[in-house]
Amino acid sequence: MSNTIKVSVWRGAEEGEFESFEVPRQPSQTVLDVITYIQRNIDTTLSYRFACRVGVCGSCAMTVNGRPRWTCRTHVDKVATDGTLQVAPLRNLQVVKDLACEMTDFFDKLDRAEGKFHPTKTRHDDFDFITPDDKKRKQASAGIECIGCGVCYAACDVVDWNKDYLGPAALNRAWTLVNDERDGGNDVRLAAVAGDAGCHACHSQQGCVEHCPKHLSPTHSIAGLKRETAKAAFKGLLGGSD
Amino acid sequence: MKVAAHRNHPHYWAFVLHRASGLLLALFLPAHFYVLGLAIEGAATLDGFLSWAETPVAKLFETALVILLAAHLTGGVRLLILEFVGSRESSRIAVAVGTGIAVCTGLIFLLNGT
Repeated sequence: MSNTIKVSVWRGAEEGEFESFEVPRQPSQTVLDVITYIQRNIDTTLSYRFACRVGVCGSCAMTVNGRPRWTCRTHVDKVATDGTLQVAPLRNLQVVKDLACEMTDFFDKLDRAEGKFHPTKTRHDDFDFITPDDKKRKQASAGIECIGCGVCYAACDVVDWNKDYLGPAALNRAWTLVNDERDGGNDVRLAAVAGDAGCHACHSQQGCVEHCPKHLSPTHSIAGLKRETAKAAFKGLLGGSD
Repeated sequence: MKVAAHRNHPHYWAFVLHRASGLLLALFLPAHFYVLGLAIEGAATLDGFLSWAETPVAKLFETALVILLAAHLTGGVRLLILEFVGSRESSRIAVAVGTGIAVCTGLIFLLNGT
């Protein structure tokens, strides 16, 4: 193993160029460690985003050697097989500066997909009793661990082609709520995800599935939404759709 | 041609194969209808084409056509599995099995035709 690693890092905003750095190698070094070393020891003007450093907050995602990844849990050994790293901001998001992206569109789409809980009870009502082996509970559980990192959004070609497309994370969130027995917003939610920019725009390329750091499968969540919206359309329940 | 790193995975290639086979089959359709139309002009015209269709070059084109048809069919089945069976593993298996069936179908056709 070489004592150093050559890293080229995107500098600028939408317009910019890659700048090269040489960073000392460390055992068990992550890509986030490399970026942090550059910012603290070589160029303090480098901008990037991180918080927890342990794969919980979802704020440190970047494009590493052409693939979107969570950098805090991506070991250099795994991705820099030829001793070089290229680190760029996430695709499909506006670049604020260097490696930091504007995430507003991404989170707004969670809202547009009705990815919020519509309560049906008050604090005076009893709990819902949902068994662990309940089918809908299992379907919700399969997608619930999303950390909102934007990796799936950056990996998705449909987002690139259609800027209005809600994207894998928002549709996955909607699917978990469609399966939530306590939620009462499915009519409005299915109408929200049934439009041209919704679940039926997915081309099933599964870039989201391949890259999700939590090993979720948004494509299958989207397939579930396709089935449910089709059923709702036959029942005439999508009248509220735009 | 170098494909972007984020696209280099089996599901993306399955998508490309399904899309490309569909487009090529759509392009083939006019030729198919033209040959059928030869029958209207008379038996001799059609027989002339059919004898050319027995040549090795025509057989190779025909084999490619059979592979395209099989690839497009299995690509459609893959999507149905993805949308109605819905597991990560079943999707991966569908890509591998579908591609295998398409290639084997072409080979069987080629062996039977020679």
